[in-house]
Amino acid sequence: MRLRAHTRRRGSPQAPGPGPQTPVMEFRGVGLTYPGPPPVTALRPCDLIVRRGEFVTVIGPSGSGKSTFLNVAGLLDAPTEGSYLLDGIDVAGAGEAARAALRGRHIGFVFQSFHLMPHRSALENVTLAMVYNRSGRADRTARARAALIRVGLGHRIDAVPTRLSGGERQRVAIARALVARPSLLLCDEPTGNLDTATAESVLALLDELHAEGMTVLVITHDPAVAAHGERTVAIRDGVLAEQPGRRARRALSREGVAE
Amino acid sequence: MTDKPSRLPRLRSRRHSHEPSLSAFSSFSLRDLFGESLAGMLQRPARSALTGLGTVLGVGTFVAVLGLTATTSSQIDSRFDLLSATEVTIEDVGRQQNEFAGHAFPDDADDRIEALNGVQHAGVYWQVRLTGTDTVRASPLGDATGERAQILAASPGTLQAALPTLAQGRLYDGFQQDTSAQVALLGSGTAARLGITTLDTRPAVFIDGEPFAVIGIIDDVQRKADLLLSVVVPSSTAERLWGVPEEGGAKMLVATSTGAAAQVAHEAPTALRPDHPEYLKATPPPDPKSLRTSVTSDLGQLFLLLAAICLVIGAVGIANTTLVAVLERTGEIGLRRALGARSRHITLQFLTESGTLGALGGLVGTSVGVITVVAVAVVRDWTPVVHPVTLAAAPAVGLATGLLAGLYPAWRAARIQPAEALRR
Repeated sequence: MRLRAHTRRRGSPQAPGPGPQTPVMEFRGVGLTYPGPPPVTALRPCDLIVRRGEFVTVIGPSGSGKSTFLNVAGLLDAPTEGSYLLDGIDVAGAGEAARAALRGRHIGFVFQSFHLMPHRSALENVTLAMVYNRSGRADRTARARAALIRVGLGHRIDAVPTRLSGGERQRVAIARALVARPSLLLCDEPTGNLDTATAESVLALLDELHAEGMTVLVITHDPAVAAHGERTVAIRDGVLAEQPGRRARRALSREGVAE
Repeated sequence: MTDKPSRLPRLRSRRHSHEPSLSAFSSFSLRDLFGESLAGMLQRPARSALTGLGTVLGVGTFVAVLGLTATTSSQIDSRFDLLSATEVTIEDVGRQQNEFAGHAFPDDADDRIEALNGVQHAGVYWQVRLTGTDTVRASPLGDATGERAQILAASPGTLQAALPTLAQGRLYDGFQQDTSAQVALLGSGTAARLGITTLDTRPAVFIDGEPFAVIGIIDDVQRKADLLLSVVVPSSTAERLWGVPEEGGAKMLVATSTGAAAQVAHEAPTALRPDHPEYLKATPPPDPKSLRTSVTSDLGQLFLLLAAICLVIGAVGIANTTLVAVLERTGEIGLRRALGARSRHITLQFLTESGTLGALGGLVGTSVGVITVVAVAVVRDWTPVVHPVTLAAAPAVGLATGLLAGLYPAWRAARIQPAEALRR
């Protein structure tokens, strides 16, 4: 499987990466306070380690600081305190240009509202992920095609997003996130705009990717989605806290305690 | 664009220690830049076309104005070559030099001037001043129609120099001049007013009571248009009946070969009056260059102002549409930032989009302007003239307009924070 090879190619001479033991992401007392007045603490200093190949979910109600967590983890915002190691690189103090470069190479984003360009074909949407991160031009189309085939859209390669179903659109978005061979697949409410059956199929795809070795971090408010993770971290009022293991949490959610 | 190269060493030391430092940042190759910009414009082709329309109009007006001005002024030049440039007028200014100087032109003035190199025809003429009210009549009796027409005494050379077209009859020549014959030529308008429609009846007119046989009716002249409104008689006849012209009243019309006018004007006073060349003043045709400049500056400035206004409107149109597009594509901008684009890449993309729209509008406008110039020239039977610099500058003006108009929207686009853009 081509993509599996890609996701595991860290350590190749072209991209000398950290070893398999280096956590994909590591928060050491990372916090974010928006300067006032009055100052608002959106994320209290917290520690979190996501190891290579893990499937971690972050659950929290709206307004809990999920977006802030996503922005910091996805390098869209710089934390105001602590250090954040992405693939062993301290990125907490990185400038805008450096963060942009790191986003393009280390993180694959999947959004609730897909964020596909409506007038461009699925293939072009996926190719866009290789425009900014110095991927060679020669094999771009081949890689984008392979990524689309991987997510099960081999038959809709040239379709424009407006003619795709919600599930298909999210699959295109996942292909786009995968094609740049990121270390971390960062999904923000990936099933928020999908019906239950489609949501299940998209989650099954994430499970498959995880099984192939991809590190997946899903941020959600939905306990059913959170249950897909090997490990779930709860966030509430800007405080990040490790939750009990998957089975224990499932038991809890059956009793209606979670959330 | 918050590059902080000072932070780079830390990044490189961990991960890119043996890679070239440049590769630490995102890139946006020129081909990708143009590809993405083109795709951005083609997202809404109709809107892009309408946006470019302002530039098309502005640049089109610009080219059309400059082209038409060049065309008309070159047209004036060619008319100038044809007639004015070969025309010299000689005036009698003897009275200003010497109050006792008489009629300055000698009797053989025509022969003296026609003997000069480059002269085709030349003749002395003057206006005969009569005192009566109705000076010209078609009949000797008082009840016939009277006209207060201008009586022009002209030598045969004057008539030839004026290049007349006859409706009927013929011109008088050296014979009538030598014999002081009482013959007259009428302009077609004067003839109609006097009730003379045909020469078959051998009509006559009475000037100050003297009968004159009408031998020709002039339909048109190319020089000295007042011949058409006059009754023209041989100068010798006028001199016999009414005496020599008053001082300063006589003039001479000289038709020269092309290019000879200035030289003839220089020589003529001496040829006519070797004793007193200063009694005569020869007026050569005006300098064609100064004529052209005045025409260009008169027409050009007003219309160029109009073209500039069109361009400003075009620029405002592009700025407005690009700004709307930026706001509309906030999500796309956020996505691009998430995929590794730097804010300067966003700026570049939007600047390229507006610049390309401006340049395309400029190219189309140039074509439209040239077509306008050619069309007008074809209709008016002119030679179209467009200066090459105009053609080269016009698309550049369009590009500059587009870039200028794109500055603010592109700056706004670059300031969009990815985190906020992606929340939508």
